Amino acid sequence: MYEGVVQDLIDELGRLPGVGPKSAQRIAFHLLGSDPADIKRLVDVLNAVAAGVQFCEVCGTVAEQDKCRICRDPRRDATTICVVEEPKDVLAIERTREFKGRYHVLGGALDPLSGVGPDQLRIRQLLARISSDEVREVIIATDPNTEGEATATYLVRMLRDFPDLTVTRLASGLPMGGDLEFADELTLGRALSGRRQV
Amino acid sequence: MANLYRDTGVVLRVHKLGEADRIITLLTRRNGKVRAVARGVRRTTSRFGARLEPFCHVDVQFYPGRSLDVITQVQTVDAFAQGIVSDYPRYTAAAAVVETADRLAAEEREPATRLYLLVAGALRALSAGERDPSLVLDAFLLRAMAYAGWAPAITECARCGEPGPHRAFSVPVGGVVCAGCRPAGAVSPSPEVIRLLGALLHGDWEVAERCQPSARRDVSGLVAAHLQWHLERQLRSLPLVERRAGG
Repeated sequence: MYEGVVQDLIDELGRLPGVGPKSAQRIAFHLLGSDPADIKRLVDVLNAVAAGVQFCEVCGTVAEQDKCRICRDPRRDATTICVVEEPKDVLAIERTREFKGRYHVLGGALDPLSGVGPDQLRIRQLLARISSDEVREVIIATDPNTEGEATATYLVRMLRDFPDLTVTRLASGLPMGGDLEFADELTLGRALSGRRQV
Repeated sequence: MANLYRDTGVVLRVHKLGEADRIITLLTRRNGKVRAVARGVRRTTSRFGARLEPFCHVDVQFYPGRSLDVITQVQTVDAFAQGIVSDYPRYTAAAAVVETADRLAAEEREPATRLYLLVAGALRALSAGERDPSLVLDAFLLRAMAYAGWAPAITECARCGEPGPHRAFSVPVGGVVCAGCRPAGAVSPSPEVIRLLGALLHGDWEVAERCQPSARRDVSGLVAAHLQWHLERQLRSLPLVERRAGG
């Protein structure tokens, strides 16, 4: 046990996900030895986060203003919406540089075991957005796990009521750089059923 | 490697652990409820991550660890998950099945083969989609309660044992009650509701599927109330179960 504030710092750092007591101690002593200006910057950022992070009023991702950068950008295609679970999924798709449309963040997946039903997600906002804007395609990009698939099933059922809307689901199959023989049968099965003509 | 052991089981729940691991809660045939660590299953390169999703029926090899066992190999026995997630009412019913099983198998490592068979049977029926998910769920809940020793009395009075049929049903007393024992707050379901309860408890699907939607709704309400009274707490998934209008 260290004395006073140093131990407090180690305790607080140790509460972060993935940081054990040893890592917390290492980070604490790194901070003790670093430039006061660096620490000030970290403190400022933490204060800004504590003061409240804004969420985009249109798509629900983390934003600096009322609307996020993507929803403000007139060059983004407003007729295509990509539906994702979390703000970090927006970033993952942005990194591909393949998608030019806009996003809709649900804020999670349907998970009855954790008490998350349709009312806890931003599904109503999505339906309102589709009925008011000139949306022509919705890409469902929820995680390819049980909760994500169930959420996709639910969304497909809700979106069936829009006659001129194309609803698509992210393809799932073999990872790039992988070996066919090591693929599990579920993934390989999905890759086969979703095969495409070349 | 003498300590390795193998068992078949149904995945009840998964929890995230660290960067890419998961804690998997399984209900196994021989070892009861087992919580084990699956390393690296959240990475896209994982060789068995897809087999350890909720509702999967799998053959697993465990390596005993210090606090939790570690999963080293997984093979699929039945891929129930695909049939279940393709339909929202089935998904919510299956979630209620695994949550109930998780609560009833309170002690880890206590063999619960009958409960395991009930869960696997219920998930198989939901995945096949031949019966109303709501009826499958209620039949599972009734039989799981019978397994736990809380089967509602259906023919004889729950308090004095007088042979029925009786008209009143009381959740705190534990089933149908005769006119003499009837406490305040007992409900009077229609005779069809009592018949459906019996049919679901004993697996008489012909009778069950002939019952009216209104009777099915009343049965769902009674079963849910009976279960949560005995569990002494609310199930999170039960209010979210989507019951099809008109059965």
